[in-house]
Amino acid sequence: MALSRDQLAQRVAQELQDGYYVNLGIGIPTLVANYIPDGMEVMLQSENGLLGMGQFPTEEEIDADLINAGKQTVTMATGASIFDSAESFAMIRGGHVDLTVLGAFEVDVNGNIASYMIPGKLIKGMGGAMDLVAGADNIIVTMTHASKHGVSKLLANCTLPLTGKGCIKKVLTDLAFIEIKDGKFYLLERAPGVSVEEIIKLTEGELVVSDNIPEMQF
Amino acid sequence: MAGFDKVVSSYEEAMAGLTDNMTVIAGGFGLCGIPENLINEIKRKGSKGLTLVSNNCGVDDFGLGILLPDRQIKKIIASYVGENAEFERQMMAGELDVELTPQGTLAEKMRAGGAGIPAFYTATGVGTPVAEGKDERQFNGRDYILEESITGDFAIVKAWKADRYGNLVFRKTARNFNPMAATAGKITVVEVEEIVEPGELDPDQIHTAGIYVDRLILGTFEKRIEQRTVRPVTTQGEK
Repeated sequence: MALSRDQLAQRVAQELQDGYYVNLGIGIPTLVANYIPDGMEVMLQSENGLLGMGQFPTEEEIDADLINAGKQTVTMATGASIFDSAESFAMIRGGHVDLTVLGAFEVDVNGNIASYMIPGKLIKGMGGAMDLVAGADNIIVTMTHASKHGVSKLLANCTLPLTGKGCIKKVLTDLAFIEIKDGKFYLLERAPGVSVEEIIKLTEGELVVSDNIPEMQF
Repeated sequence: MAGFDKVVSSYEEAMAGLTDNMTVIAGGFGLCGIPENLINEIKRKGSKGLTLVSNNCGVDDFGLGILLPDRQIKKIIASYVGENAEFERQMMAGELDVELTPQGTLAEKMRAGGAGIPAFYTATGVGTPVAEGKDERQFNGRDYILEESITGDFAIVKAWKADRYGNLVFRKTARNFNPMAATAGKITVVEVEEIVEPGELDPDQIHTAGIYVDRLILGTFEKRIEQRTVRPVTTQGEK
């Protein structure tokens, strides 16, 4: 079975470590916050200028001056700090964030990522994504492995305009956990009940598969 | 106005001197911390051919989005513009020039502009459409692109509190781009929720020094919320 959105978030959460400063992108990455293991301290960075993002507010707590990078109302965790946008991106560009999790349309064997623009169709902009992928060393991309029509999103070469070049090393899809190195995809884990053959079929870029590929554990 | 007193009494006075084809830098992220009344004044004034520098372009009926129907914006430099139907229409029709700029690069362009730094190298955007036509250079084996800084004829800023000298304090994430915008305008206009006398703000707690501020006005704010997201109230025993 392909992973659900929550399972993707759960699997990413297994990569967290105590004391990590983490930036979570919009969508599935945001859900990772729900699966921080008990007893672990993780500080969430929101690139609009908040380190120590808390949970969503109650009706009474709502404050128009306190939002996250997805423009949602949020609260501050204990020990939070507030800063301006230049300072926020100094943290990101300066490599101070321990883990960045974000979505993508396409990733390729050279670690290129396309996530912000489909020419002629969707025009929204890159927001902070280009800064995040260029500034972070430890990035996990979460995405579906293929389109609804079975077209692979793990490619030999990205076809869409790039968000970043040669910066992605780990991809978690609904089917597989994959590492990128030396111009190839390496299959590390498969989703429970998903066969290696199915993953090979839906991976366009060169995929290295060793003999025993473990299932993800939850 | 006398001496360091920056306070003006009307929005007309606050935006006096804004003419067609000027560049205006605006603070705010989404609808949070936007100078909403200064934007309303630009609409009322009807200035056209403006270049706007702002992370976003508001929504259709609030924030910078209200300048779109009368075609007041010729060009916008922004990082994310996804929440605005009229914006998308004008962009797709080629009526609006859009320069998509990474958010950190945009913040740094303003910061550098205000600090007298004409350009800077960054790894952000290397190998992407953002790098097209820009100087590339290697430092320590890594590729960087040269980004030019931005200054504006006007900067419009929203702060929480100020003293009459224009020393500013921002509140929570409404700070965002406002401090950088404040430094990068030839004329910087700030609207605030409260104005106090000089000496009443703790100098150690001032976010932006009054030297950057030319005009200050007391406003009232709608503070519209773009994505109202709440959690249910849990009673004891539930998790």
